[in-house]
Amino acid sequence: MELLGLDVLFKGSNAMRLLQGLGVAVEISIISVVISLVLGMLFGIFMTWKNPVARVISRIYLEIVRIMPQLVLLFIVFFGATRALGLNVSAELSSIIVFSFWGVGEMGDLVRGSLESIPVHQYESAAALGMTKGQIYYHVVIPQAVRRLIPMSINLVTRMIKTTSLILMIGVVEVMKVGQQIIEANRMVSPNAVFGIYGTILLLYFLVCWPISMLARHLEKKWSN
Amino acid sequence: MADEREIVLRIENLTKSFGDNVVIDGLDLEVRAGEVIVVIGPSGCGKSTLLRCINGLEEIQGGRILLDDQEVDGRSKNIAQIRQKLGMVFQSYDLFPHKTIIENVTLSPIVVQKRPKEEAIAEGEALLERVGLLDKRDDYPRQLSGGQKQRVTIARALAMQPEIMLLDEITAALDPEMVHEVLDVILDLAREGKTMIIVTHEMSFARAVADRVIFLEGGHIVEEGIPELFFTNPKTERAREFLHTFEFTAVRSHTVEE
Repeated sequence: MELLGLDVLFKGSNAMRLLQGLGVAVEISIISVVISLVLGMLFGIFMTWKNPVARVISRIYLEIVRIMPQLVLLFIVFFGATRALGLNVSAELSSIIVFSFWGVGEMGDLVRGSLESIPVHQYESAAALGMTKGQIYYHVVIPQAVRRLIPMSINLVTRMIKTTSLILMIGVVEVMKVGQQIIEANRMVSPNAVFGIYGTILLLYFLVCWPISMLARHLEKKWSN
Repeated sequence: MADEREIVLRIENLTKSFGDNVVIDGLDLEVRAGEVIVVIGPSGCGKSTLLRCINGLEEIQGGRILLDDQEVDGRSKNIAQIRQKLGMVFQSYDLFPHKTIIENVTLSPIVVQKRPKEEAIAEGEALLERVGLLDKRDDYPRQLSGGQKQRVTIARALAMQPEIMLLDEITAALDPEMVHEVLDVILDLAREGKTMIIVTHEMSFARAVADRVIFLEGGHIVEEGIPELFFTNPKTERAREFLHTFEFTAVRSHTVEE
């Protein structure tokens, strides 16, 4: 225990504080994921439009999302917006904005990809069976697109959860920040806490993301065809 | 020999082009109830396009297509309704991969024709029985061979109780040993008096199934006639050349030893 610095975990309310920090990270992830899923669906459908203006807009948006490191986006929104626009955006809200901005772009691209992966023959044979456009989408295209989409979007969700470890940089007191505080406070008495605490955080992230990954794998197996 | 049967499909001066490329050029055709018409011709002659036009899957540039005196137009509001009378089977056996075999067959009768589920399932099972695949009822398409999938596609089209079946090179993507099982189903339908327009490259099948053979080239009907005459004694040089491409002349000679 001493060697790994795990004793620090059981001092005072340290374990509880870590869990609360994890709660903050998970809360921000969940809110951002829900926004990303809903708006990402709409953005994905928008991306399949043939309209050239729609194409250019979605292209630029997606490139920004892909090229900009999340940390830079966080700094721009949190520090930049406050300075330049005089808006007082809280660190939590900034995180949600950045994660949603990222999630909507990536999710939209996944939705676009899965819609476009449905072969034209599926549309045609459904049409030849007398289905209307709405019936074709509802009974044939969307069920197949969702099957391709869900495993990929779950991967995006776990990536988003893991990336919340960056938001301590703009002062959100989430699990990493709490961990740092605990380590700092115990630097003299248990210098090894650095290993124990970060190891614990690693395990906590694993426990959150692993079931989600398992679900993705399960669905992928179930729907493989 | 006057044909008394009612004309179900009438194509008048049909013209279809992709850009500058005219694929069907002023084609006229009448199809009577119970008739089996086989369309043959070199690739790119417009046979598949013709079927796609009949089903309203292609926008046409001229002429008209009348099914029971109703105009077929891919852009019109009632196209979905008209398509219910036309059972189309494509070359690529595109069953819906997320549905079981019986669900594939009953989907359209239930959601499009709003038939009671039990009735649709009972009929679907009868059709699967007919194509010899009732035991695959609850399988998914990926578990079936190409020939089996194509037989299900035929059952799926029949489930809509179409007036005319349109078959677009339905065996072209199949392994040779599976061709027969699919074509047997079609021969059976012909025997029963189903109206069909068939595009195929299987000449012996064409000969066996057709009431009338249509030889298409460059978007025109170059020759048409009963199969007995067309295949043995074609009138046009073009048809003769085309039929000749299916034959090979031996380049080696062998002596058969007793």
